[in-house]
Amino acid sequence: MSTVAASGSIRRRLTLQLAAIAVLLSVAFFLIVRGVAEQAAGQTQDQILAASATSIADALRSEKGQVQLELPYSALSMLGSVSEDRVFYRVAIAGRTLTGYDDLPLPALPEATGEPVFATFDYRGEPVRSVTLSRNVSIGERPVEAVISVAQTRLFLGAIRARTSTIAAAVGLAFFAVAVSLSLWAAHSALRPLERLALSVTRRGPKDLRPLRAETPAELVPLVAALNNFMERLRASLARSEDFIAEAAHRVRTPLATLRTQAEIAYRRVERPENRAALKEMILAIDESSRSAGQLLDHAMVTFRTDHLETEQLDLGELACDTRNRLEPTAELKDIGLELELPDAPALFEGDPILLENALRNIVDNAIKYSPPDSLVRIALHICGGDYVIGVCDEGRGFGTGDLRRMTRRFSRGTNVEDIVGSGLGLTIADEVARAHGGRLELARNKGGKGACVSLVLPRP
Amino acid sequence: MRLACLATALMAIAATLAGAAHAFETEEERRFPAARPGSELRVISTADTAVFTPIILAFQAENPEVAVTYVTASSRELMKALYEEGAQFDLAISSAMDLQTKLANDGLVRNYSSEATARLPAWARWRNQVFAFTQEPAVLVLSKSAFADLPVPTTREELIRLLRDNPERFYGRIGTYDVRRSGLGYLFATQDSRNTESYWRLTEIMGRLGARLYCCSSDMISDVSSGRLALAYNVLGSYAEAQLHENENILIVEPGDYLNVMLRTALIPNTARNIEAAGKMIDFLLSLGTRPELTRKTGLPPVDPSVFDRNNAFRPIRLGPGLLVFLDRMRRETFLRSWVSSIEQ
Ligand SMILES: Nc1ncnc2c1ncn2[C@@H]1O[C@H](COP(=O)(O)OP(=O)(O)OP(=O)(O)O)[C@@H](O)[C@H]1O
Ligand SMILES: [Mg+2]
Repeated sequence: MSTVAASGSIRRRLTLQLAAIAVLLSVAFFLIVRGVAEQAAGQTQDQILAASATSIADALRSEKGQVQLELPYSALSMLGSVSEDRVFYRVAIAGRTLTGYDDLPLPALPEATGEPVFATFDYRGEPVRSVTLSRNVSIGERPVEAVISVAQTRLFLGAIRARTSTIAAAVGLAFFAVAVSLSLWAAHSALRPLERLALSVTRRGPKDLRPLRAETPAELVPLVAALNNFMERLRASLARSEDFIAEAAHRVRTPLATLRTQAEIAYRRVERPENRAALKEMILAIDESSRSAGQLLDHAMVTFRTDHLETEQLDLGELACDTRNRLEPTAELKDIGLELELPDAPALFEGDPILLENALRNIVDNAIKYSPPDSLVRIALHICGGDYVIGVCDEGRGFGTGDLRRMTRRFSRGTNVEDIVGSGLGLTIADEVARAHGGRLELARNKGGKGACVSLVLPRP
Repeated sequence: MRLACLATALMAIAATLAGAAHAFETEEERRFPAARPGSELRVISTADTAVFTPIILAFQAENPEVAVTYVTASSRELMKALYEEGAQFDLAISSAMDLQTKLANDGLVRNYSSEATARLPAWARWRNQVFAFTQEPAVLVLSKSAFADLPVPTTREELIRLLRDNPERFYGRIGTYDVRRSGLGYLFATQDSRNTESYWRLTEIMGRLGARLYCCSSDMISDVSSGRLALAYNVLGSYAEAQLHENENILIVEPGDYLNVMLRTALIPNTARNIEAAGKMIDFLLSLGTRPELTRKTGLPPVDPSVFDRNNAFRPIRLGPGLLVFLDRMRRETFLRSWVSSIEQ
């Protein structure tokens, strides 16, 4: 199994992008609310200023050839009703101040519109908003222009800005918090079908190459389709290679069998010793080839099964007994006794019975093959600490000199095999099976002096 | 409102000689030395030194390092000192709410805020610059002997009817402020004119009955108690209250239609140097409500919003730009012209 390096996370990206959008919207909300509030406050101030100036204009009257003004109480008090801003006013007749603040600037008024003119400027150390309007008052026959200006500082706007800023900031923050938690939730729920799919793929058994049938959102349909397509191809190619191996082995073995029969018939017929020797060698070579083909097929099968290990509960004692029984005829041919020693209780183990049987068969096969006729082979199953140990010991020629670990390598055979037929794959197979089950293969020289001891060590569950 | 200058032996009077140094006229200047060396707090005030002495001594008991120079002046002279001459004072205390408001509006006052100012009701402060520490209603003071067989009027309408029905009894025996001379009288009168139409009828009747005009509440009160006046209109309640114990003959009537309540205010002018001590003094003045012994000694009723809940007729005069209206040159001229033509017949 290979591990896949993750480059980024959809969930994180989705969450971050949604959060970034939330930030943008919150800030936009904040600015808009503040802007609107400020504008509204500014308009309110302008309206009150205009109302104040108008009420002053309305109070203008002429009396005995002079313009008189009784400043209405409400003209100034209304300005004090919304805020504690400073208030200034000036009434000028034909450029001469009638009453109020002499130095209050009067902006230039457009000719005879009567519309109030608003201005913002600094006055007495503070920015003020002023409104100026003109009104014609008649003195006797002659109309004169009265200019009325009312100004107010803008503390009020600052206060409104501060208050709306706090409220807008609080609402913006709350909005942001809600949006982020919603985006977390959205990212989570958007990815749920993907997780479900991943789970349903990982949950499958190693040989389950059936197409996925889980309900799939539209966006994942191409992925699932591609996956199904891929699995279909994999299934087909696996089936093809299994077929191919079986077919190949069959194709090799059948003609080899025919060839061996013919060679034996020929061997019986020919008389000349040099011809007989040649045929004998030929038969031996055919046997080697046939054995190699069989072992290669077995090895291929073992490799495949260990890659996709499928285990089941089994009794190792029963397995050893089966193996012994199957090989007994072979042993009898050489008058070799096969002894079996088992514990009383069943040795329960989770494993692939075909693989384990194959491994044990190869070990026992070696013991028979490398033993002289009329000898004894002992198969014993022990429980040794946390392990099951299936030991196979014989009285044969032993491993000879040399490195024992070398024997489990592919196609590696001992130096003392003489003309005994073999391919060098038997112990390789046994070793691979032991490893696939979390165990190991141990080779040892028989302690009694003669013979070899090969043990299959498997961890107890 | 300025009590007759009762110079006691304790008082070291730096006489009005000091007035030669500046153009505005002071009435009295007194220095209260500090117990420990420290800073100097210069106060200009419209309240008599005698009235304020207990407050200053109590303040110095808590702040022994502050020496206080207490200068008294009329509200107009106080305005002149600060507005026109930029005289150096750390604190200005005045009953002329309109002038105090104008000082703040025209940018001659410093901001100040503290826990004590934050506790003030909104109507008792303006712009974190003007802080009210007393509430003193304008009342009607009657002579008990003059009203022995007459019903006591409870509203201005009743008073008008009473005066109209008994002209001979009240002729020459009515007292009120000369609003031309008294800033407080002008404040009360203008607020009256704003509050009710009957004010002008009342003024006219008082004029017809030869009303006597006064500069100060204290003079009106003593004339009522001596029996020279049968009634005085728009008298500072706090002053009358103080006289009540010594005088059997006076009766205080709080008109039931409405009562103008003057707020005595303190502010820190821009010319202040000892801002820290000025702030402490403001906080101290705002704490008068928790010092009943000072209220008793000075007769200055502290700011107490619950009074307004109890008596609906109580109306605090609103601080704010509305007060600038009657300071308008033309408006003042018009008002005084109407008033004079009503009162002088
Ligand atoms: N019981 C044994 N006694 C002596 N030598 C053995 C024994 N078992 C294995 N060997 C040695 O180990 C070598 C490797 O064994 P292995 O089973 O892998 O190959 P093989 O028996 O030669 O060929 P095959 O694949 O046909 O079994 C053998 O060639 C032999 O030399
Ligand atoms: Mg072998």
